[in-house]
Amino acid sequence: MNDMYGKGILKGLGVSLKRFVETYLDDIAWLGRRYHTDEGIAHRASKDARGIFTVQYPEEKIPVPEEFRFVPFLVYDESPNGEKNLRCTSCGICAKVCPPQCIWIVRSTDPATGRPIPDPAEFFIDADICMNCGLCAEYCPFDAIKMDHDYELASGKRNIYNKERLSKSANYYEGIRPMNAERENALRAAKEAARAG
Amino acid sequence: MTTPSPVPTVRSSQGDISVLTDRFTGSLNPDKRSGYSGWIIEKTHLPAFASALRNELGYDYLSSVTAVDYLPEGLLEVVYHAYKTIGGPGVVFKVQVPRTEEVEIPSLVSIYPGAELQEREAWDLFGIKFTGHPDLRRILMWEGFAGHPMRKDWHEPYYEEDAKPLKSRWPEGHPVMAESKNIYGNNIAYPDGFNPENQTFDPEKALYDALRQYSKDEIGLGTDRIIVNMGPQHPSTHGVFRIAVLLDGEKIINLKPVMGYLHRNHEKIGERNTFIMNMPYTDRLDYLSSMSNNFGYALAVEKLMNIKPPERAEYIRVIMAEMTRISNHLMAIGALLNDLGAYFTPMLYALEERELILDIFEAVAGSRMMCNYFRFGGVARDLPEGTLQKIKDLFFERLPRKIDEIDHFLSENEIIRARGIGQGVLTAENAIRYSAAGPLLRASGIPYDIRRAEPYSIYNRFEFDVAIRQNGDIYDRLMVRFEEIRQSIRIVQQAIKHIPDGPIMAMKPMYQVRVPPGESYGRVEGPKGELGFYIISNGKPNPWRYHVRAPSFINLTAFGPMCVGQKVADVVAVLGSIDIVLGEVDR
Repeated sequence: MNDMYGKGILKGLGVSLKRFVETYLDDIAWLGRRYHTDEGIAHRASKDARGIFTVQYPEEKIPVPEEFRFVPFLVYDESPNGEKNLRCTSCGICAKVCPPQCIWIVRSTDPATGRPIPDPAEFFIDADICMNCGLCAEYCPFDAIKMDHDYELASGKRNIYNKERLSKSANYYEGIRPMNAERENALRAAKEAARAG
Repeated sequence: MTTPSPVPTVRSSQGDISVLTDRFTGSLNPDKRSGYSGWIIEKTHLPAFASALRNELGYDYLSSVTAVDYLPEGLLEVVYHAYKTIGGPGVVFKVQVPRTEEVEIPSLVSIYPGAELQEREAWDLFGIKFTGHPDLRRILMWEGFAGHPMRKDWHEPYYEEDAKPLKSRWPEGHPVMAESKNIYGNNIAYPDGFNPENQTFDPEKALYDALRQYSKDEIGLGTDRIIVNMGPQHPSTHGVFRIAVLLDGEKIINLKPVMGYLHRNHEKIGERNTFIMNMPYTDRLDYLSSMSNNFGYALAVEKLMNIKPPERAEYIRVIMAEMTRISNHLMAIGALLNDLGAYFTPMLYALEERELILDIFEAVAGSRMMCNYFRFGGVARDLPEGTLQKIKDLFFERLPRKIDEIDHFLSENEIIRARGIGQGVLTAENAIRYSAAGPLLRASGIPYDIRRAEPYSIYNRFEFDVAIRQNGDIYDRLMVRFEEIRQSIRIVQQAIKHIPDGPIMAMKPMYQVRVPPGESYGRVEGPKGELGFYIISNGKPNPWRYHVRAPSFINLTAFGPMCVGQKVADVVAVLGSIDIVLGEVDR
């Protein structure tokens, strides 16, 4: 063993030196486009990445994939006269499937008959308890509750989101999840066509 | 690649136990409840039966010990799962006793030492006294805790209802913050006659007494033995973990792991949850390998529901599980190097490759670590476009090269060799006796891998070798992990080549599944060892019993014996080589 003392350490230092050099080689090859550009960030997260790997958050941000999920929001469709119609029918499936039970819904009732109507009077999500599992969005039969991409929610107070805070437009949803939205819209259109025909 | 063959049933065979029925006439009976299997043995005959099982029939590996509280029937049941390390189906046997305050069952620690921590857990959570247990103390709750929380009639503070979904959420769901109820003063139950003013009870006394039990002065020099507490939260340990060691100079005489600092009674939560709600909770067990946890739980419930996922889903599951194994082992290797003093450089190199795997998890499952991706009868969603290509690039072009680089960088390093070879040895015989699992078992020369011993999912179609080393020391455990990464790469490469198109769910996704009554034990070869889920359904939307056989937890049984005789400085390295995650140890 004696004759190899220090060899392992030299080898280790060699690995580090190689990475150090590679970082600068890549910097030169990319001529400044390696940082603060979309393709630079994508390159650093690809199989060809070498040298330094880190993304300087918050100056740079890794783009989130479409399926990324964070605290849910409620989708509304905008009618031509600017009215916001929540897709939610307050059926309560999301509240029933929510593992930490952080969804609270008050169902509306018709003041005349006292019968429930498919519209939430109130809708709360305790964002501090939400575990971002996405089951509510997955099992919502009306595509009314979806997982968000906005992950910068840090705040100093308790976060119980109400209906106004949770509502976001269908356009926003189509913007963050284009492929999902396309698939769902097609399905909904097919269903409506079937019902009409 | 072979043609699909039927997955062997995991139900225990009743065949070879029947030779014992004559000997235990009347006291050994098959479990005839519908949906159940295995044997029920009279409690007085339990030790004799267990030793016959182990010594005559070769069921040398006691995988899981747990208890079930059948409140309506007035029974407490202890359930044992034993296997043969040469492979094949296992045997389930149970002991039933009337449900009273004080319940006693003979301990099996003298026959299967691997039962030690598990029996302590059953005592702690169910209040079953195991007579003859060498060190029966609470393990997850603290000494002085009132009651046994897993009993069905025990209720936690903030208790609302026995089962979710809670009625207060819908249709009249006005939010109430639990903390706004301010239940200080009545959120805790004290033992009868407890008065904090004149409390003289020392919670550590039992622990220190247990440590000193073995303290005999062999040399007669009369030197002092000292107790050193490492942790909770020693920086090198892997979370809120505590080790109490009894030292003679620098030599370890005895060692006891102390855990429970991260305990949240996962199993109680699991029994309140509906079946599907447990899926995201399993992510939080071993939070470094959530896909494997999903896998085990999905298998257990699918066995009860008697459904099989479609082909494509099976392939996706295998790819995800093997990627998890790689990312977990990279983390384990990096963390072990941290423990050995190579502070963070190797760790970060390993984390880079893990990062690329987590990127894929994020694209597929929506989250890097809390994946929540498996569903009963398939997976949550298909692979998004381009993801398969990404996996292909990673597994054919980058990972094999990078793993070789890290291996080349580390395995010849003289510090790792000096601190790893011959240290923290666990012999093959002891590894089986202490129910060690996963890389810990295989580094000791036992080629036991559930993917081979009792193939689940579609593992019988892939070509791979069971990674194995002979010496059972720290260095071998490191090397076994490298080898396992290579084998996992092989499996993923084969799976990518053969993954078919098709559906990813066997049935329509349902937010409340119907699970027929019965019991099932689903086990997978998780990155840390055998991960098992023992589920009992009584036909309701919530499981009656939900138990996790956590490999990190049970591997700690062997931790003490591995360290005795070593120097105190090696404790951290031995712990690093076991590779524990406290989310799973404490549950």
